[in-house]
Amino acid sequence: MATRQTQLLARSLLSPAVGLLFIWMIVPLALTIYFSTLHYSLLDPGSESFVGLENFRYFLTDPAFLASLQNTLVLVGSVLALTILLGIPLALLMDQPVIGRNFVRLMVIAPFFVMPTVSALVWKNLLMHPVSGLFAWLASLFGLTPIDWFNDVPLFAVILIVTWQWLPFATLILLTALQSLDEEQKEAAEMDGASAVSTFIYITLPHLARPITVVILIETIFLLTVFAEIFVTTGGGPGLQTTNIAFLIYSQALIQFDVGSASAGGLVAVVIANIVAFFLVRIVGRNLEA
Amino acid sequence: MARMATRQRVVISTIGAWLFGFLIFFPILWMGLASFKTELEAFAIPPSFLFFHWTTENYATVQERSDYLHHAMNSIIIAGGSTLIALLIAIPAAWSMAFSPTKRTKDILLWMLSTKMMPPVGVLVPIYLIYKSFGLLDSRIGLVFILCLGNLPIVIWMLFTYFKEIPRDILEAARMDGATIGRELVYVLTPMAIPGLASTLLLNLILAWNEAFWTLNLSTSNAAPLTTFIASYSSPEGLFWAKLSAASTLAIAPILVLGWFSQKQLVRGLTFGAVK
Amino acid sequence: MKHVLGAVCGASVLLAVPALAETTLTIATVNNGDMIRMQGLTSEFTKKNPDISVKWVTLEENVLRQRVTTDIATKGGQFDVLTIGTYEVPIWAKKGWLVPLANLGADYDVADLLPKIKDAVSADGKLYAAPFYGESSMVMYRTDLFEKAGLKMPEKPSWDFVIDAAKKLTDKSAGTYGICLRGKAGWGENMAFLSAMANSYGARWFDEKWQPQFNTPEWKTTLTTYVNLMKEAGPPGASSNGFNENLALFNAGKCAMWIDATVAASFVTNPKESKVADKVGFALAPNTGLGKNANWLWAWNLAIPAGSKKTEAAEKFIAWATSKDYTKLVASKEGWANVPPGTRTSLYQNDEYLKVAPFAKLTLASIDAADPNKPTVKPVPYVGVQYAAIPEFQGIGTQVGQQFSAALAGSMTVDAALTAAQSVTEREMKRAGYIK
Repeated sequence: MATRQTQLLARSLLSPAVGLLFIWMIVPLALTIYFSTLHYSLLDPGSESFVGLENFRYFLTDPAFLASLQNTLVLVGSVLALTILLGIPLALLMDQPVIGRNFVRLMVIAPFFVMPTVSALVWKNLLMHPVSGLFAWLASLFGLTPIDWFNDVPLFAVILIVTWQWLPFATLILLTALQSLDEEQKEAAEMDGASAVSTFIYITLPHLARPITVVILIETIFLLTVFAEIFVTTGGGPGLQTTNIAFLIYSQALIQFDVGSASAGGLVAVVIANIVAFFLVRIVGRNLEA
Repeated sequence: MARMATRQRVVISTIGAWLFGFLIFFPILWMGLASFKTELEAFAIPPSFLFFHWTTENYATVQERSDYLHHAMNSIIIAGGSTLIALLIAIPAAWSMAFSPTKRTKDILLWMLSTKMMPPVGVLVPIYLIYKSFGLLDSRIGLVFILCLGNLPIVIWMLFTYFKEIPRDILEAARMDGATIGRELVYVLTPMAIPGLASTLLLNLILAWNEAFWTLNLSTSNAAPLTTFIASYSSPEGLFWAKLSAASTLAIAPILVLGWFSQKQLVRGLTFGAVK
Repeated sequence: MKHVLGAVCGASVLLAVPALAETTLTIATVNNGDMIRMQGLTSEFTKKNPDISVKWVTLEENVLRQRVTTDIATKGGQFDVLTIGTYEVPIWAKKGWLVPLANLGADYDVADLLPKIKDAVSADGKLYAAPFYGESSMVMYRTDLFEKAGLKMPEKPSWDFVIDAAKKLTDKSAGTYGICLRGKAGWGENMAFLSAMANSYGARWFDEKWQPQFNTPEWKTTLTTYVNLMKEAGPPGASSNGFNENLALFNAGKCAMWIDATVAASFVTNPKESKVADKVGFALAPNTGLGKNANWLWAWNLAIPAGSKKTEAAEKFIAWATSKDYTKLVASKEGWANVPPGTRTSLYQNDEYLKVAPFAKLTLASIDAADPNKPTVKPVPYVGVQYAAIPEFQGIGTQVGQQFSAALAGSMTVDAALTAAQSVTEREMKRAGYIK
């Protein structure tokens, strides 16, 4: 009796969110599917005509497509790996008794506050520029040749910038989770003579499994659509080295103003995102279960 | 002996934390410094760290050129409004999924996240047309609405994980004591979830604050938040580092203050053990 | 009082004259210096027209373009006055998106507009936008470095001279580079420069039948010359340098020469922004003796979107902001050096202006040397010097720009970049139905 009531209540609590998101998903999706079958240039409205799957064929046979797919995966994978690998020790450090802890935490979260366009501009011009950047100056102090970031390792440079932006997110989520870790349990383990390392491996890390899953899934969603950083720094070049799917779609939608192709590209991106999510869930998904 | 070790630990971790914190913060610090330099000094090599001619003329220029308060107010309303509404819808949803999970809970969660997979730029034109016909272009409500929906999956996800961390025996104890579900939510669950709520609130505020696609494309002037303010300083023809730095510093200032307060809430998590 | 008005112009003007403000104009503009100045002078306009108030939407170029295009194409009606480039004007005019400007007033003196610029904003003999400022490109060079090396910049340099000088002036150990050129991918970034350079080498984007021309020897010479020149005499990181990065380099004294927009001249000669303000000389963009210089033509213009209900007020504003009186107004407040350049013949006959603007003569000569209607040595079916005024160009230009930036970065050979450019352009042109 009580459980049925609870279930009913649970359902009614869930339904506003589900309902809203359903509308939010279905309306744009339906419109996008419709537009993706049209020849529709924003610069030539009124000339829309049905072209079937032409836009998809066009998008998928674009020589830039495969390159950008690869870049997207490399970008997402690298940033995920870096933010988690750096985020865990950083969160552990923030969880220690540290003098001025509030201030340090604020410093660590701060990169997340800066708009992507601005951080890309700052990194590109004030830090990474091989002639007038700070890094170049530091390198020259040590008699080294400055790295020509956006020329020699453009994708890596973009990865660095994006990692810097998302590291706070990972750290903050992991830190919050660490704080709910049972202190008694940790202390008990230490009393038993467990080393810090084994406490970390057997108690802390399992506890972090679920937050790590969340970080991975949420970051993936955002990282799949990284765009401003690329547009500002390299414009997708040199060549196709920093063109990702999001940039490709952007250039179709808002540089070329080709709504039809952009819609088709958008749907392809949805499919790709779902495939990525599917594998991610396979790998980390069991952490979601109770 | 134990105390010695602790003190040593504090010293080491303090040094480590400050070092890393400083490294991560450095680009922002550098930007902040640039906002007090002249345009010429902002990109000078060798760079000047502290010993340059400090000037506030960039801030004066920014204030003269655009109505910072107007944009900041819009940002607060749009980011705050969308986050609060999202929280209101998400707390019950996440609560029900975390404590009365069904077989489909995981699917629903993943489906929710998948609504965020559509690249916004792909749906700009349809949304623009819809907004136009409802008269929502350049309105705060329109922006609150779209950002709320955009961030809802994230909010639900984060809350779900935090709720999951809450030991169930506490809830059961409360239920034994005859607490109704409403009371359970308000008096038991909420206090325990404060660190999670605080970090969810903070992160989503930041996400909404920095959302630069919808806010730029659906607003003109009345509803224009700080993202448009920034877009009027980035990359003009000519030098703009110092001015952009000043504008950016102004744009992150309010959220930095908020970050200070909400991250104090995070510390409350430490009392968790005591509750138990 | 004036200061207060300036400080919060939009809002306070509304407050100051609430009873009279019947029409509110929303003006979308680019965040370049000249427009910022116009924004600052709004109160001068509203003082004369108390029944009009003005709201500004000032955005960075790319954001503005996407914003304005989305709005006009969906008839969103968010703006009353638009700032658009010479690329958009002919395309949008043809679409019927712009209101022809027929009532600019008796004293507007349309005949005074520079002919090349006036052509660029007209269609079928009607003016569809009023030029706010115009620019071409030219060579800016360091007179001190040239003197030291015993070189003398001719007024109309050839590419051979420029290349030779760039190599001689490069001293990488001292951090001086012979020449700085754009390299960042984008139709308005590296392709603006490279298209103009290609014109001087006799190349063209399309032949008369819209067939892309990247497989011609002219393009190969252009791109090979550019890549080799930049390798030997250009700064590191060139493949991601755009206008602003090069401006910063030049102002910091790192470049001996820089070929870019004529508006840069006022920045590099401004001692507040430039370390080399008193050591800059100017010359026409280089040529190869084929009759075209490597310079482009661009203007930012004010236009009224069709369907605007405030056409009359909007036209009043446009007439004010692009008039001779506006030039005088700026001169009286900010000095002659800061007036918007490149739109009116009378400005270049004004001695006061010529005195403070050492670059004026060459700006005018550069604008005169570019012809959007006949941009190349061989005939072309398109209008535009550094672009082809067709809707598809922005996308194509960006993709080709990526290939060329790869050639510059050395991650692709010149031949491979040209082949790729040819194939993406063919692909897009086929799709758009220009070629079979």
